Amino acid sequence: MKKYKVHIGMGLALIGVGALAFLQPYIDPYYLQVALYLGINLILALGLHFLCGYTGQFSLGHAGFMSIGAYSAAFLSLHFFCAWPDPIRFMLSLLFSGFVSGCFGWLLGLPSLRLKGDYLAVTTLGFGEIIRVVIQNLDVLGGARGLGSIPKWTGIFPVFGLLILGIGLLHFLISSTYGKGFLAVRDDEVAAQAIGIHVTRYKVVAFVISAVFAGIGGALYAHLVTYITPSQFGFMKSIELAAMVILGGTGNAVGVMISVTVLTVLPELLRGFAQYRMVVYALSLVVVMIFRPKMRFWERKKSLC
Amino acid sequence: MKNKMRLCLWMVVCMGSLSLLSCSKLSSKNEILLGEYSSLTGTTATFGQSTHKGLQLAIDEINRSGGVLGKKLRVQTEDTQSKPEEAATAVNKLINLNHVVAVIGEVASSRSLVAAPICQTAGIPMISPASTNPEVTQKGDFIFRVCFIDPFQGSVLAKFAADSLHIKRVVILKDVKNDYSIGLAQFFRTQFLRLGGVIVGEQAYSEGDTDFKAQLTALKEKAPDAIFLPGYYTEAALIIKQARDLNIRVPIIGGDGLDSEKLAEVAGAQALENVYYSNHFTVQNQAPEVQKFVTAFQAKYHQKPDAMAALGYDAVYVTVDAIKRAGGTNPEKLKNALAATKGFLGVTGKISIDENRNAAKSVVILQYQNGVPMFKETINP
Amino acid sequence: MLQQLINGLSLGSIYALIALGYGLVYGVLRFINFSHGDVFMVGAFVAFFSAPLATRFLGSGWLTFAAVLFISILFCAALGAVIERVAYRPLRNRPKLTMLITSIGVSLLLEYGGQLWLGPDPRAFPTLIPNRLILNTPTLVLGQVPVIVMGFSILLMGLMYLVVQRSRLGIALRAVSQNQAAASLMGVSINRMVMQTFAIGAGLAGAGGVFYALLYPSINPLMGIFPGLKAFVAVVFGGIGSIPGALIGGMVIGILETFVTAYLSPTYRDAIAFVILIAVLLFRPAGLFGQSDREKV
Repeated sequence: MKKYKVHIGMGLALIGVGALAFLQPYIDPYYLQVALYLGINLILALGLHFLCGYTGQFSLGHAGFMSIGAYSAAFLSLHFFCAWPDPIRFMLSLLFSGFVSGCFGWLLGLPSLRLKGDYLAVTTLGFGEIIRVVIQNLDVLGGARGLGSIPKWTGIFPVFGLLILGIGLLHFLISSTYGKGFLAVRDDEVAAQAIGIHVTRYKVVAFVISAVFAGIGGALYAHLVTYITPSQFGFMKSIELAAMVILGGTGNAVGVMISVTVLTVLPELLRGFAQYRMVVYALSLVVVMIFRPKMRFWERKKSLC
Repeated sequence: MKNKMRLCLWMVVCMGSLSLLSCSKLSSKNEILLGEYSSLTGTTATFGQSTHKGLQLAIDEINRSGGVLGKKLRVQTEDTQSKPEEAATAVNKLINLNHVVAVIGEVASSRSLVAAPICQTAGIPMISPASTNPEVTQKGDFIFRVCFIDPFQGSVLAKFAADSLHIKRVVILKDVKNDYSIGLAQFFRTQFLRLGGVIVGEQAYSEGDTDFKAQLTALKEKAPDAIFLPGYYTEAALIIKQARDLNIRVPIIGGDGLDSEKLAEVAGAQALENVYYSNHFTVQNQAPEVQKFVTAFQAKYHQKPDAMAALGYDAVYVTVDAIKRAGGTNPEKLKNALAATKGFLGVTGKISIDENRNAAKSVVILQYQNGVPMFKETINP
Repeated sequence: MLQQLINGLSLGSIYALIALGYGLVYGVLRFINFSHGDVFMVGAFVAFFSAPLATRFLGSGWLTFAAVLFISILFCAALGAVIERVAYRPLRNRPKLTMLITSIGVSLLLEYGGQLWLGPDPRAFPTLIPNRLILNTPTLVLGQVPVIVMGFSILLMGLMYLVVQRSRLGIALRAVSQNQAAASLMGVSINRMVMQTFAIGAGLAGAGGVFYALLYPSINPLMGIFPGLKAFVAVVFGGIGSIPGALIGGMVIGILETFVTAYLSPTYRDAIAFVILIAVLLFRPAGLFGQSDREKV
């Protein structure tokens, strides 16, 4: 029984989410919106956290994957399968977005793997910006003015259901034998290669997985705000995502979840003080970086759950 | 164990923060709460700030003379930061959290286009003070505006260029990030061609750019008689300055998006010679109600009002007038009352809402002389 | 076409000026200082605020401009030294990625702190030097401001080159860039060198800010983000540790941007620099003139 603790936990959580989903029409739309934002940011942050914390690759361009997911899902929802029932269409859009961003994750991951550390970070930043500019020039995706009238399908069940699935997936991945390979790659690439671990493949897989998370998060986002513009997914967004992961602390995913919650809900509480938000982000980043000497950025203690 | 504790901590943080959200302002029983979403910060900040000032002046005046139906009038303002996605969030908050009876905003058509469907679905009337793109009111029957629309503005500008300035060859420099700019360019082009003119070149830029020499040089090679610039003042100021730096001396014609004192500040009086633009309002209008407004505005804010301030002022008065006629703030009745507005005398002219929920109003053409926009002519619908 | 070239060069010389300072820090410390672009912004604003004062005492003209430039450079140099001391020195022995993240934090702090304090609205920068036309032919127009900016960039580059190659400070800088431990054994005070490097670099950025504001008189707290990034690309393109490289890199980016905007599509402008960056990093990581002493694989 104990061995299946996680499975049971996940199942219960899913049932709980399903029950909540029935209550959705009765929840005040404003709170609902904030809660959904929270769930989406959690998905995004977990994906990025996996990439950074478990394989030591830092991505400053994750908003690019988010936008790819958002735009591909929106495009599918707006133009295809119009006769099919909505939930099926949404699922198709989500799957499509995950697939497309995964492909891009693979494409962009490969050449980036020759680079490390800060070079990789800056390259991912470059990719993120290039993606944004390209979308800006594609009139079929609305160009610079953005894409609107996206059906509002995002709800409690899609967001939190996918979140739980995502957590479960990552957990099983990490605790499996295959998953140990990621840690080996992070801790010492040369040694890992020496014992026969295919370093490049692990790195690419990590990139793809985190890109899929980002893409699905982006798709959920698009179907929540119903209107997306390329400038929403720029450098600033990537930094916000990275900040959530960094401030969440080293290694442990629950830390990330706390920081995401704080960083998502706090701006809403402090709507009158919105201009302080980025300053607080910035100060926290600097302070955290300077005053955490013992815990190296990518050291982690245990697995996800 | 440690993990379980952290998980519990997370849930507590979650619950705590979500419940803290409920401690925010809700309207009390004896006041009428209007919602305002405007760009108080960002690239079109003067639009939002001006609108807000005009709005606030109207509210103060109304409250001083007894309020509306015996209740005080209040406004909840949200900043859109000049970004469309923020407009959506702002309007959501106003409607769902603050429960406003009507929403006033926005100046920029791109932001109004995003917010309008939200207001329409929620069944709350939205009154845009200055969005001129025709698609805004097409979003639904709860969406109104108190200004003219771009098909009219575009054709007025085309006529002005062709007839008053005797211009035959025009180049267009438009902002591709901006629904207003693209729409106005379109309407100008259609009418200008119809009047026998020629568009010899077209270039584009993005809101936020600062260097336009490449586009201007390419346009200069076409030897135009004038440049049509349907953009917003932040970029327009730099464009005009750089055009003059490149020795492009031809007239530059723009729309109401140019209306801001920043234009003169950044471009300088010399560069603004030979610059014309269309607008909703001018302080030089000697009509008594206009001068009364100008004096009151100057007394409160120590500066002269611009078109956005005047339109914000009128938007409030029109809404309040509709509330009075509807006898209350019931959304359906308010919507019908707004649609029935006829001959309302505002400081920007007589406002009558037509069947498309737009106002048919006159356009004033202004010309910059010594760094100050001076009245040139009025064109009636 | 020639006019476009001039346009590109005048834009590029601003990038080059920023790139000089960026490249100095990068060359000596191998550290990507994200906040460099924001020091550039600070320079523009310091000039904005000191211009009325200078005009009051010195009238309007070249002397005022020189005074304003001097004040900006000094202030930014001091700022650079302070940032180094407070935010970067504690992290000197940590992975470069940590320093990168910290520099992002400092950058955001300058940007949004600036926005908080000064308001996000663009300000109109006063015309300290009128842009009198030097050349005024139908096909070619050249104002005096772009010429001044270009001249100044080249002058500074020459100065930097001389300092790094000939002076004692330069020798010490090069020593630190090659091997910090050995340099300190030879009696070089690493702390002092690093602070001086930052100060010089920041001063150059401040100068860049003033010149940028002359050409594009609308300044706002977020104006440094993209020029900073593009200047970094210029440094990578020109090669690590190469001063002429940074200058050429800046010019090339400016020209390419202008040409792409004019002949391809204005909406691809911002992507150009990043395409160059990725191409260089993937195919010729050492850049144009740089030494390939960085292990990236």
